[in-house]
Amino acid sequence: MDFLTILQIMDSAVRLATPLLLACLAGLFSERAGIFDIGLEGKILASAFFSAGVAALTGSVWLGLLAGVGASMVFSAIHGLASITFQGNQLISGVALNFFASGITVLVGEAWFSLGGRTPSLSGGERFSPIELPLSETIMPVPVAGPLYHDLISGHTFLVYIALIAVPASWFLLYRTRFGLRLRAVGENPAAVDTAGVSVIKLRYAAMVIAGVLCGLAGVYLATGLAAGFVKEMSAGRGYIALAALIFAKWRPWHALGATMLFGLLEAIANRYQSIDLGGIVIPVQFMQALPYILTVLILAGFGGKAIGPRAGGVPYVKER
Amino acid sequence: MTLMHKFLGAAATVALTAGAALADPAIIFDLGGKFDKSFNEAAYGGANRWAEETGGKFQEFELQNEAQREQALRRLAEAGSNPIVMTGFAFGSTLEQVAPDYPDTKFAIVDMVVDAPNVSSVVFTEHEGSYLVGVMAAMASKSGIVGFVGGMDIPLIRRFACGYVQGVKAQNPDATVIQNMTGTTPAAWNDQVKGAELTKAQQSQGADVVYHAAGGTGIGVLQAATDLGILGIGVDSNQNHMHPGSVLTSMTKRVDNAVYEAFSAGMEMEAGIKVMNLAAGGVGYAMDEHNAALVSDDMKAAVEAAAAGIIAGDIMVHDYMSDDSCPVE
Repeated sequence: MDFLTILQIMDSAVRLATPLLLACLAGLFSERAGIFDIGLEGKILASAFFSAGVAALTGSVWLGLLAGVGASMVFSAIHGLASITFQGNQLISGVALNFFASGITVLVGEAWFSLGGRTPSLSGGERFSPIELPLSETIMPVPVAGPLYHDLISGHTFLVYIALIAVPASWFLLYRTRFGLRLRAVGENPAAVDTAGVSVIKLRYAAMVIAGVLCGLAGVYLATGLAAGFVKEMSAGRGYIALAALIFAKWRPWHALGATMLFGLLEAIANRYQSIDLGGIVIPVQFMQALPYILTVLILAGFGGKAIGPRAGGVPYVKER
Repeated sequence: MTLMHKFLGAAATVALTAGAALADPAIIFDLGGKFDKSFNEAAYGGANRWAEETGGKFQEFELQNEAQREQALRRLAEAGSNPIVMTGFAFGSTLEQVAPDYPDTKFAIVDMVVDAPNVSSVVFTEHEGSYLVGVMAAMASKSGIVGFVGGMDIPLIRRFACGYVQGVKAQNPDATVIQNMTGTTPAAWNDQVKGAELTKAQQSQGADVVYHAAGGTGIGVLQAATDLGILGIGVDSNQNHMHPGSVLTSMTKRVDNAVYEAFSAGMEMEAGIKVMNLAAGGVGYAMDEHNAALVSDDMKAAVEAAAAGIIAGDIMVHDYMSDDSCPVE
């Protein structure tokens, strides 16, 4: 395996990890505020559809981006309404949204395009194209750093860089601002926050808005960056993998980056090699594909440290009984 | 009570005869979806052609998940649809159980053999068609490396792969074929993103022609091939028009003809195995205005010679499913 091959695999890993990372951060904000968000999958799907659909209709990927993020935020708002205002069961609300997304995307898609829930293939300005960072051709001849910069760092779509910036931004917001402290507190002990005179409801809704935007970007990237159009069920379980990554990362932003990159890398390796020959022992591709889940189960079982979620997670806040 | 029974019985009889009198044919599409631009869409095309030509009506059902398979089949049979055509190998075990329960209903299954007196099994010789596109791929490739992206990892898809490799090697014995399967579940028929990633991985390993047999996943394969400036090869339906100038050809599998013939035969449909091979026009390669510029005269001559050889029996293309192994890699 030479340097170029490693670069290509890492490049693929970054592409595959980006939607996971965005969804994982979305889940992080939501769960840190005490709202379980099993509806990540549905939000990705809805956003993927509406971004591709609107981009195909208007010819502008930017309008598609707005529509995708908007759709995801509507889903987030419904989830918030059900689980914050009406104090419903958060898991049931999330599962319902997942089913709703898988149905509504095909229904609206059929009505708009009559292609059985697909959108037409996007081309040109209807999708995000890779950005060549400045000087990438100039420093290409430099050994190691040149190809590293040209192949791995440069040449991704705009949303990949947004996702990477979102990691330090999330960290800063959560750990270095008053809002972040309160948000984390609301997920641990909402009664204490309430006693201090801060609205639990408002904080939780704010978390849902942030989660909606991030998850929306994940869907937009999937449909207009990675692929060129929407096909039904195109999220293909990425929302659930993001949840697994969130547990793996123990609800922390930098670790989320590490976990999603690891999952992306495993998928990239599985894509590249049908089976890996380790001098006598052959690892089948199915094992590589299952590895993210196996790792998550191991973490949950207590290997590699305990993963304990926010204490008030999943419990609706009732002000007075 | 007895009176009630009689009434119910009479009502049921009326309902049954009414259903039988309709006897519209029906078609069930597999999980890839009716508009997968490939296998199921070809079947839909055949059903539509029948409807347009005869003015008849047909029932259809598009599976959303595995649990609906038997339910849908039984419901259509009970509603009196006849014959019922289903597309996809995955119906095999279900049909084996359902077919004996409805002896008066005719069933047709594409891509699978079910041995029952009221079932017509239509199978295609995909290895022959794949051999031909393999010959073309080997000639179109400048690097000597070509790729194959399969959908779900099943013997049927390995049959495509094996035929393709044989065609490539026959034309260029030194060529390398990179093979990838998308997955092991039916979701592998509909994962564009993964299809595109696999294509990118193959291109980075030097492949400059990529053939897919992956249903809806193939949309991503052909899109990625176009984006990367390499050639894709379509499957089942003629997919040359999807990216004119970037799709070398398509391995056509005339599922539409199979459905059309089943619908036309109606109640007269004969049970047994029907092999749609190259000689019968069941499989082939697509030539049209979209790929005319890509196919040189040499290539055309070579592929025509190979086709003639297969039909005449001079070229024997090994069928993966005959012994679950492939002589070449």
